[in-house]
Amino acid sequence: MVNWKVILNIAKTHLITKIKQTATAALGVTFGIGAYITLVCFMTGLNGMLDDLILNQTPHIHIYNEIEPSEKQPVDLYYEFQNTINVVHSIKPKQSQKRIHNVLPIINYLNKDPEVRGAIPQIKTQVFYIAGSIEIGGNITGIDIMKEVELFNFKDYIVKGEPQDLKNNENGILLGSGIADKMSLDVGDRVQISPIKGDVFPLKIVGIFQSGIADIDNIQSFTNIKTVQRILGEAENYITDINVKLYDINKAIPLAKKIEQQFKLKAIDINTANAQFETGTTIRNLITYAVSITLLIVAGFGIYNILNMLIYEKMNDIAILKATGFSGKDVQLIFMSQAMIIGVVGGTLGLLIGFILSNAIDQVPFQTEALPTIETYPINHNPWFYVIGITFAMISTFLAGYLPSRKAKKIDPVKIIRGQ
Amino acid sequence: MMETVLEAKMINKYFKKPVLFHVLKDISFKVREGEFASIMGKSGCGKSTLLYILSTMDTDYEGELYLNNELITGQEREHLSYIRNKHIGFVFQFHYLLSEFSVLENVMLPAKKLGEKTLQEIEHDAIEKLRVLEIDHLAKKRASRVSGGEKQRVAIARALINNPSIIMGDEPTGNLDSYNSDNVFNIFKQLSDEQGLSLLVVTHDLDFANKTDRIIEMGDGRILE
Repeated sequence: MVNWKVILNIAKTHLITKIKQTATAALGVTFGIGAYITLVCFMTGLNGMLDDLILNQTPHIHIYNEIEPSEKQPVDLYYEFQNTINVVHSIKPKQSQKRIHNVLPIINYLNKDPEVRGAIPQIKTQVFYIAGSIEIGGNITGIDIMKEVELFNFKDYIVKGEPQDLKNNENGILLGSGIADKMSLDVGDRVQISPIKGDVFPLKIVGIFQSGIADIDNIQSFTNIKTVQRILGEAENYITDINVKLYDINKAIPLAKKIEQQFKLKAIDINTANAQFETGTTIRNLITYAVSITLLIVAGFGIYNILNMLIYEKMNDIAILKATGFSGKDVQLIFMSQAMIIGVVGGTLGLLIGFILSNAIDQVPFQTEALPTIETYPINHNPWFYVIGITFAMISTFLAGYLPSRKAKKIDPVKIIRGQ
Repeated sequence: MMETVLEAKMINKYFKKPVLFHVLKDISFKVREGEFASIMGKSGCGKSTLLYILSTMDTDYEGELYLNNELITGQEREHLSYIRNKHIGFVFQFHYLLSEFSVLENVMLPAKKLGEKTLQEIEHDAIEKLRVLEIDHLAKKRASRVSGGEKQRVAIARALINNPSIIMGDEPTGNLDSYNSDNVFNIFKQLSDEQGLSLLVVTHDLDFANKTDRIIEMGDGRILE
């Protein structure tokens, strides 16, 4: 039979009379948990931001016509050479168009797939930007602007102007910020676009685009699909790329394979395109958890130390409790409950401090060229971190309290009483 | 003839460190209800060792020990704790109060552990015991703030709180001046005479021992008759 009221009362009295040591031990946990919450919120926030940087812009599956040599050369088809070894030197890709054949039915088909959030067409082509006497080579991509905004957060990368401005203007262009700087152009100015085949098309700058990656911003611009088709002198079904966004990113690999087989097109999934990005995320998470766990272990040693000291100081009390009829288990529970009280109080304060600190960091301005949409440091407010934090506080204080309390349980009262 | 409260049968004890040493040799004796017995002997004759075996705190011995005709030897530690709590009261040479608790809380603690009475009843009992010992005015004071003689009386009150079968004392007056010693003796005597309480006190104060009902004299680990 355990009389919790008596045990907790003794534990409480011990803690209150040794308030300084109690506070030191609790503060150890507080700082450990507080630092864990702050660190993990900040690090995962940063991770999430870096992931988004890639995930938002990159289609889950990118479908296009690859220029590559045919795998089956004509000689392979000739039945008389079937059982011979044929060597063909200097194979070159055959002259073919970049356009995707039958593009509109393919897009319709993909959009009907329940796993696909959206499949949208693009036209990519090389052009020259001309303003006054300056000519700069670059790429222009024809897009369906409103769908890009919806599926790929395109609005985040338009630093001047609005997506609607492009939609409403047949001759509008979203100029890359690097090009705009080099040519001293701004919203409202005109820029001439010259495709490789010749001709010059004047377009009005309705916005400035900035991805944060200088190599892209120096050459890339966006306009409507129809505008590019007109520049190239192609029909309305001339589409070079399809970008697919899925509901579940993990389905990208099988679906990409299926599309390749079904339509004889090149379909690149996001994992293949950005293999290094997954590795980076994993390692950053690993570092975050390694540092957090170290902090909590240090806090645990603090508690262990202080409880050990407390037990040495309370030898007489332990002996007298045992002599008057408290069992070893009762004594152990007294010290365990002290450890757990320290853990709960320290841990809860730690959660509070972590909450305050992470919110403070969330308010700190953080502006960088590379990330036009970020204004403050990114913080991931995930309630699970708080659950993990308090659980770890309880586990570490339990372990830190267990060893000293077991020692208290085993103390022989006769030795203490006779020792004096 | 009075009931036997405590009985020791052929108790033998060895110290194994630093060298094997036979401390207690074939100790057998009885303490009857209402008897006030003292154990006398020179330092090192094993009288304290015997007391701690009788108190159930030391379980490393040979022989048999009975309390209220119930065999104590070989019981579970949990049960021994319960027996100490309910049937045995302790008074030590050094007062051994929990210094951070008030006098009243110190007295109440064993009863709270026993948990047979409500908190109000326990508090009432504790104040009653303190009143008997004429220290009820100290009830709310912290145990570390009262004098040595008062501490010893608090310890006696604590020993009495669960109405034990026997009170054991290890040199309870050893650390007190003659005034306080007499005081403690008178309290013991009164408890023995008026309430029929059994007492077993280890002492080497001859004056104290001479006033008790019976002296058990020990030498070299044996009872000298």
